[in-house]
Amino acid sequence: MEKQRYERPVILKMNTGLMNKFGTKTENEPVTHIESVPVKSLLSEYGSPLFVISEKQIRRNMQNAKRIFKTRYPKVRFAWSYKTNYMNAVCRIFHQEGSWAEVVSGFEYQKALGNGVPGEKIIFNGPDKTDEDLIAAAKNNSLIHIDHYDELYSLIRLSEELDLHPRVAIRVNMDTGIYPKWDRFGFNFENGQAWNALTRILNSKNLDLVGLHCHIGTFMLSTNAYATATRNLCELAWAAKERYNKMVEYIDLGGGFPSTNTLKGAYLPGTDTVPSIDQFADAITDVVLTYGFRQEEMPTLVLESGRALIDDAGYLLGTVLATKRLSDGRRATVLDFGLNSLFTSLWYEHKISPAKQHGSQTEEMVLFGPLCMNIDVVRESVVLPLLEKGDQLVVHKVGAYNMTQWMQFITMRPNIVLIDKDNNTHIIRKAETLEYIEQLEQIPDHLK
Amino acid sequence: MRVRKNIATSDEGFLFNPTTGDSFSTNPIGTEIILLMKKDRTSKDIVDAICEKYDVDRALFERDLDDFTLQLKEFSLLE
Amino acid sequence: MQTSTLREKFNRPLVIAVTGLNAIDSPGPGVAVIRAIRECKDFDVRIIGLSYESLEPGLYMHDIVDKTYQIPYPSGGTDSLFSRLKYIHEEEQLDVIIPNFDAELYNFMKLSSKLKEMGINTFLPEIEQFNARDKMRLSEFGKKYGMFVPKDKIIHEKRELQKLEDDFDYPMVVKGKFYDAVIARSKDQAEKAYEKILAKWGLPIIVQEFIKGTEINIAALGDGTGNVISIIPMRKLYITDKGKAWAGVTLDDDNLIELARKFIEVTKWRGGCELEVMLTSDGKPYIMEVNPRFPAWIYLTAAAGQNQPASLVKMALGEKVEPFTKYEVGKIFIRYAWDLITNIREFQMISANGEL
Repeated sequence: MEKQRYERPVILKMNTGLMNKFGTKTENEPVTHIESVPVKSLLSEYGSPLFVISEKQIRRNMQNAKRIFKTRYPKVRFAWSYKTNYMNAVCRIFHQEGSWAEVVSGFEYQKALGNGVPGEKIIFNGPDKTDEDLIAAAKNNSLIHIDHYDELYSLIRLSEELDLHPRVAIRVNMDTGIYPKWDRFGFNFENGQAWNALTRILNSKNLDLVGLHCHIGTFMLSTNAYATATRNLCELAWAAKERYNKMVEYIDLGGGFPSTNTLKGAYLPGTDTVPSIDQFADAITDVVLTYGFRQEEMPTLVLESGRALIDDAGYLLGTVLATKRLSDGRRATVLDFGLNSLFTSLWYEHKISPAKQHGSQTEEMVLFGPLCMNIDVVRESVVLPLLEKGDQLVVHKVGAYNMTQWMQFITMRPNIVLIDKDNNTHIIRKAETLEYIEQLEQIPDHLK
Repeated sequence: MRVRKNIATSDEGFLFNPTTGDSFSTNPIGTEIILLMKKDRTSKDIVDAICEKYDVDRALFERDLDDFTLQLKEFSLLE
Repeated sequence: MQTSTLREKFNRPLVIAVTGLNAIDSPGPGVAVIRAIRECKDFDVRIIGLSYESLEPGLYMHDIVDKTYQIPYPSGGTDSLFSRLKYIHEEEQLDVIIPNFDAELYNFMKLSSKLKEMGINTFLPEIEQFNARDKMRLSEFGKKYGMFVPKDKIIHEKRELQKLEDDFDYPMVVKGKFYDAVIARSKDQAEKAYEKILAKWGLPIIVQEFIKGTEINIAALGDGTGNVISIIPMRKLYITDKGKAWAGVTLDDDNLIELARKFIEVTKWRGGCELEVMLTSDGKPYIMEVNPRFPAWIYLTAAAGQNQPASLVKMALGEKVEPFTKYEVGKIFIRYAWDLITNIREFQMISANGEL
């Protein structure tokens, strides 16, 4: 007689305060394939854990966002936010789709050049630009977004000394009614600082004011805030036009559009609460279109979206190392990836799916990473099927920030695989080796 | 290890502990184990019976049974 | 006469699903809503209870609720709610769903057109109307329409309480975004309230000016185009330690009715709502909060002659309902507790199977 399928015996106390199991069915739908590639074969070929990126999804996201904005406003440009994911393969997909590069350090600037982006299509943001960075950016005709007065005066001095004519914008911070206010970057709108900086630029011989920039925050859930930001930038542009007869070429609304991940502490899941790109586009373009600019002076709209374009194209696959019971009776599952690879588990309740069909029985558990660190928790509480050692899991929407903020800590970083549009797989960053990690180390003679 | 005599079990996998007032639910295999325990079967008997019927590695089931027993104990369902 | 049309149209009991069966000391409105609906002579009903927890009393009241299904908590999102409702609809062929909890309304509103496609009717406010009366935008709302609302401040950090001392006097009210309100009489109490509400409902926290006066509640029903179908003002006669009415009496006050009428008209409110009003000693009616659903004392509207839940059912099914013109003043409700007896098996069934 054929034996019956086994399922671990479980007993649950019926507790009226417990989340009822009818609330969590969707979490337990298995995800057996990424695009059309089986999770199982990905893990056996490339090892576990493993980051997987879908090229198709990136292109879909990018084309979708472009369509949404371009159907509302004639002049729109996207610049890929390097810090969100600066794997060269990923950047090149965005550049192929027509995105410029948005960088925030000399390191990222060099990466963009290396990816073949012409200097004049690189936006250089951020508070950290050395004199060398500024000179290189000016010579390459890149767009320098000035963050503070020290940078403004450095740039004026350098441009005079070296006879450079940098194309610049200022970053403006403002109160858009959201919390927290990102007033540490750029020049403040309300107290007049931004206008002062603008007049300083407009009165300088060498600096060419071409744009206005803001970036009001990250993971923004309010479309109103973008309308306010757009209005403020338009107001500055209008003032520059009226008083200095100088119309800027573009206004740059930065990034900040959320992905549909669920933030920790949020009551409702992100898939239900996050505004769509259409809603953001409506808020922004309505303001510019009706502000009163003449057709020919309408500024180009620049967007530096990162997270919203890449998050759902990235997956982290992993394996259960062990299951155990904690002293308070809670079930614990130890995974082969943790905070070191999945940095975003600090602020998201990541959706995690089993990679195969399990029985219908589920249990509440805490998911730990493999590090010998108490803070290494992937999910504090999640309802999943009865997992055993060796079971595989899929973490969703990990494309943003993980592959740039990950830590080489205790373990080494895993492979990143790209699934192309024909469902072929390519390693785009190899798993680290001991040799790679140690190649920069040096041992003083007395310790040899 | 014996399940307390006054624990009421139902076909649907419900348990009621009249001493504490707590109710529990188990999956079918859990119910099966509890019924075997009520019949005073030894651990070895239970392992034999389950491994005979289900497609499971003996060592794995022994571990799962230990964990299950621990929980029964914590829930004050064992004598 | 319009009254017989529903019975003729359906020629069978209407299947109406209702949430909020927690008729406990801080009760949900479900049981009262059902009681009012069952009293309406214009249609027969089969009532489906939708519950979140296994000990909501309503699901053991078999003469009130015909069958109960558990549904996922609002935090599970619309996908899991929808798949559960789909299952329930296959079993029961629902005609109408009446959700009764603030925290679940958002999900039901989001799903309302999908439910409609399946043949399930709701009668809920639009998301915009819902948002306009949100606690966090109440002062904006008051300014826009010239209504009295208490001063408030939304905060995200405990240290902001310190700064508030310049603008707010103690006592102040510390509130959660969905539920809970604590009156704090000192900084220490405010901080404790902040912690307590943060742990339960998350950020942000709302701090509100404390308004002294007489508490009045108004149950109102709008048809969604600006017409008022019913308004019943009630004064709490006796309040529990949780601030809930234990007894209340219907009032006759044109100012209060006018306030509610203005609210329904400017928002074009669709469905039931409760205005929590504080009438100060100099006669200013402050809107303290707008609950976007029926209150737990809604049966009093039926008892006073304006059956709001039954009217809502009719409008949900596309019937035209004429505005009520009169109600009985001086009708009193007195809530009472009753120990319902059931068997452990019923508790186990609902806990394990999610159906009873």
